[in-house]
Amino acid sequence: MREVAIVAFAQTRHTPHDTGLSEPELILPVINEVKERTGLDRFGFTCSGSCDYLAGAPFSFVSALDALAAWPPISESHVEMDGAWALYEAWVRLQHGDVDSALVYGFGKSSLGDLRTIMTLQLDPYYLAPLGLDQLSYAALQAAAVGADRKELDEIVRRSRADGRANPYALDLPDPEGEDFAVQPLKQTDVPPITDGAAAIVLAAGDLATELSDSPAYIRGIAHRIEPHYLGMRDLGRSASAADAARAAGVGKGPVEVAELHAQFPHEEIILREALELTGDTVINPSGGPLAANPVMATGLIRIGEAARRILDGHARRTVAHAAGGPCLQHNLVTVLEA
Amino acid sequence: MPSDPLVTQHVLEFPGGYTRSTGPVVGRFLSELRARRIVGVRTAEGRVLVPPLEYDPATGEPVTGEYVEVGPAGTVTTWNWVHEPLDGHPLDRPFAWALIKLDGADTALVHAVDPEHVKAMRTGMRVWPVWRDQPTGHITDISHFVPEVTKIVSNVRGEYRIQAGGALRVFLEGIERGVFLGGRCDRCDKVYVPYRAACPECGGVIPDTLELPDTGTITTFAINNLPDPRAPQVPFVSAYILLDGADIPMIALIGDVPAHEVRQGMRVKAVWVPESERTASMANIRWFAPTGEPDVELS
Repeated sequence: MREVAIVAFAQTRHTPHDTGLSEPELILPVINEVKERTGLDRFGFTCSGSCDYLAGAPFSFVSALDALAAWPPISESHVEMDGAWALYEAWVRLQHGDVDSALVYGFGKSSLGDLRTIMTLQLDPYYLAPLGLDQLSYAALQAAAVGADRKELDEIVRRSRADGRANPYALDLPDPEGEDFAVQPLKQTDVPPITDGAAAIVLAAGDLATELSDSPAYIRGIAHRIEPHYLGMRDLGRSASAADAARAAGVGKGPVEVAELHAQFPHEEIILREALELTGDTVINPSGGPLAANPVMATGLIRIGEAARRILDGHARRTVAHAAGGPCLQHNLVTVLEA
Repeated sequence: MPSDPLVTQHVLEFPGGYTRSTGPVVGRFLSELRARRIVGVRTAEGRVLVPPLEYDPATGEPVTGEYVEVGPAGTVTTWNWVHEPLDGHPLDRPFAWALIKLDGADTALVHAVDPEHVKAMRTGMRVWPVWRDQPTGHITDISHFVPEVTKIVSNVRGEYRIQAGGALRVFLEGIERGVFLGGRCDRCDKVYVPYRAACPECGGVIPDTLELPDTGTITTFAINNLPDPRAPQVPFVSAYILLDGADIPMIALIGDVPAHEVRQGMRVKAVWVPESERTASMANIRWFAPTGEPDVELS
């Protein structure tokens, strides 16, 4: 395997509402930030992750290319998935050996529509979507399957929001209050905030990594695994695919100082801690995680960026990032980063 | 620059919807639904997948093509509770989403359950499908599931013709005239009201009636919170009233006073309907109302 490292990460100051910026305007500052930080103006490969249904416009990701300087033509790809999978594609592309740098970005404005029901559109069109099963309804089914202690769930939300207040990029959310249910057993405070935002990462391979950064965050393992889509075919109380991805990425080969988990609901954190076999020594989501800022389609990429940042700034030697897609943690991507 | 936000509504819609091929496996399942049957498909390993998939998610192998009728009843393995249904949901009242393991299936079906109340929901409960009137070959041909029948309501009603003869007739004729008729047992030295033909203690005959006043004292009472057609409102008070000169209290409603002010020892007087409306019936007395006299010490 070719050594590939994250050498730069930037994210927007996420907002809980639509500021009126277009998607190119949203991503332009973070693209420029990673360009400045690396000194690179052109990249061997570019890949993005977004979802047209968030803006309700077909091929909306194409217009986002306006922020990139795409002429003369660049080598570019897109995934209709979280930007974390765009990073995975870029990592694979760098393994080919003919290019040494890649720009990865993810973005989303979930403020434009009703995210809860937009998420129904990702479900299979025969058995689930016609029932109108929505994001909070299927998440609540998984929460019921986990059956976690309410105090533990509340503490995860409290910790996430407190960490988010200390993170200038995340939302400033108060300590969770109130007992209202969203869909029982999910409380309103268990629901991640509607968020607009974007993030960008630069990958560098071989010698370029040390040329661009004093302390690159090397990708020592990266793997993704998926489970059956249909909820009734799975054990919703655990995540076999996250566990498989963690094993394949080598999470357990060393101590994990920080884990950034794409847990949008507190019960998902409990499932993922078990799947990744994280111990009490690992700091979970010091950024606040998705419960403090959830710019859909960038949230997973931000987990990788936040885990990398701890190494880029010299605060950690070994961190783990997790990203998820699909209903109830159907698809999981695990990345192991080392100094 | 305009100071107000420039906002417009944008709708993404595919008029008429997409036409989607079902393939043979999903198509078979939906066709069976249209015939009001639920089928699963058997995998090479012998498991029954419901709803059927073309490939076994555990192994990736094609399924066998053997369809197995399952259910229609099943067992709830996981459920949540939707307090406020969305427009697109199967039910317009609070309901549960549930994973339902239909009898004979090895996997669970996702559908809605309407138990009428969340308190009726529990893991392990048995549920049965409610079919849509006009099935079309769609997952929503099952409207939703409902709990298995575990109880029924039995109505009991009989009609009778009751005649007041004897002592009761004597008493009611007194009520028609606006008086309470009792009777004294000389042997026991006790006055009973309503009038009765024999003393309940000694069995001796009570030959004569005795007129009693329509005033008395509350000896005990109850505050009733269930509506009753005879009561003025809810809550209402029913009380034992010892008519002046009687030794046994009679039961009657208390009115013209808030329920929380009623007390033992309170002096009351019957409130009669107007003379023109009187019949030989206890309906002649609306209720007893406080007289305002000082309370009586009860022995």
